[in-house]
Amino acid sequence: MQIFLPIADISVNLFLLLGIGGVVGFLSGLFGVGGGFLITPLLFFIGIPPAIAVATGANQVVASSVSGVLAQVKRKAVDFPMGFVLLAGGLFGSAGGVWFFARLTAAGQVDLFVQLSYVLFLGLIGLTMFWESVIALRRSNKPGGPIRRSHTHNWVHGLPFKMKFRASGLYISVLPPLAVGALVGFLAAIMGVGGGFIMVPAMIYLLGMPTKVVIGTSLFQIIFVTAFTTLMHAITANTVDMMLAVLLIFGGVIGAQLGAQVSSRLKAEQLRILLSLLVLGVAAKIALDLLLRPSELYTITPGLLP
Amino acid sequence: MIRAALLWLLSALPALAASEDIVAGLSQNRVSITADFEGSEILIYGAVRRTAPAPPGALHVIITVEGPSTPITVRKKERTAGIWINREAVQVTSAPSFYAIATTGHLRDILSETENLRHQITIPRAIRAVGISQQAQNAPDFLQALIRVRESEGRYRLNERSVQFTQATLFRTDVILPANLTEGMYRVRIFLTRDGQVVDRIERQINVRKEGLERFLFNLSRDQPLIYGLLSLLIAVLAGYGASAAFRFLKR
Repeated sequence: MQIFLPIADISVNLFLLLGIGGVVGFLSGLFGVGGGFLITPLLFFIGIPPAIAVATGANQVVASSVSGVLAQVKRKAVDFPMGFVLLAGGLFGSAGGVWFFARLTAAGQVDLFVQLSYVLFLGLIGLTMFWESVIALRRSNKPGGPIRRSHTHNWVHGLPFKMKFRASGLYISVLPPLAVGALVGFLAAIMGVGGGFIMVPAMIYLLGMPTKVVIGTSLFQIIFVTAFTTLMHAITANTVDMMLAVLLIFGGVIGAQLGAQVSSRLKAEQLRILLSLLVLGVAAKIALDLLLRPSELYTITPGLLP
Repeated sequence: MIRAALLWLLSALPALAASEDIVAGLSQNRVSITADFEGSEILIYGAVRRTAPAPPGALHVIITVEGPSTPITVRKKERTAGIWINREAVQVTSAPSFYAIATTGHLRDILSETENLRHQITIPRAIRAVGISQQAQNAPDFLQALIRVRESEGRYRLNERSVQFTQATLFRTDVILPANLTEGMYRVRIFLTRDGQVVDRIERQINVRKEGLERFLFNLSRDQPLIYGLLSLLIAVLAGYGASAAFRFLKR
């Protein structure tokens, strides 16, 4: 059954969209990620214009993050002050990203930039995660190895404007969280992702936050950054396709809940290796598209160059 | 007296014979794009009305259906530092979003180049590209690429010999409008040709519009983008909340 998307102006199979939403939702529930980094490239592959895929992807992340954060709030695993500081940076980053996205679209290089960002960030994060998990697996098989301290002092702790974050047990400057927030907000706007896959490592390694509050806090601020991004894209470029978003969300929220059920039966290290392989797979696919000679060298876009 | 009248009639015949004209209709002059729109098939039919016997030479019919035109930017990828990047770009003044041609014979046999130039019938003629040669080397390649891409999307179509033409009088053809249709007024042109010359032509219009939910969402996103954006967010938040609430309820 075909469904016509009013903003994208194309007709797509209804069950294909529900399926994409469901599979990505399942994976996001399984691994505790927003799934934006999967849904946006998948939308590219089925022929949704990049600008619409990115804006609608951000809308979908809002739904999956809301679904995820509720459970975290109940567990008291959200550091709200930290969330607000990250958010303040995130809104600036997002506004900058939306502006930059519009400029790239005008220059005809938006596809390239989005693809390059995907290859770079997914590749980097995937490799780091894979390496970490392999080491962790080895260590768990070999008892008595050195225990890594999560709370080491580094240059981050010497910066001014210090603030107390009770839930995280931290007393640090607000500048690094602001910067992390801004970077992730920028990426959210350009890549149509929530940025959890960058936010989570940055919070653990750069800010030294305890792992138990990381997921909840990142989800909390991702809701607002992606909501803001969606709104900005809707206002500046009219690129949010509500019909597309509703179908992806519908498949996604159901898949996410099922994924969360399955994830409780797998080991954390195994999950992380699987997730890192998935991330690397997506990065490799996009990299190949850039490196191999395309079957059609020409692309057509309605409208004139400004 | 009778002989004189007959003579006058015979001498007047060639002048009368030139008056062959088209009477035509469409199965529908309105296409609604609704949520489950899967494309549409339009029947175009008609007849040739004559006031005198047909002059010698085979009569042919050419039917074109043309969607609203927009400016187009065509970009070409080139390998730069190992990756494929959009480099040269050509701006085409105006190209139809949809263009289908149906004929009774091969176009080059039934339409002369001068008539094609005058009425802009073939696909390359329907695209207006002014001054593209200064924009890039091999500018014609960009135009060919535009036609090739749109043909592969089913937007441009040349169906030679797809018009049924019975006894040089009745004609009919089906034109398939694809699912990825741009809304607007679609122009249907019917040409009658003999020996490559256009004998008569008429124009009809098909109004293609989004309807119902499609219309509502499209208008809202353009007229009230803030409300549209907030509505999208509201749906997302409710769906996220609803799903986790529903599953908590199921687990219990």
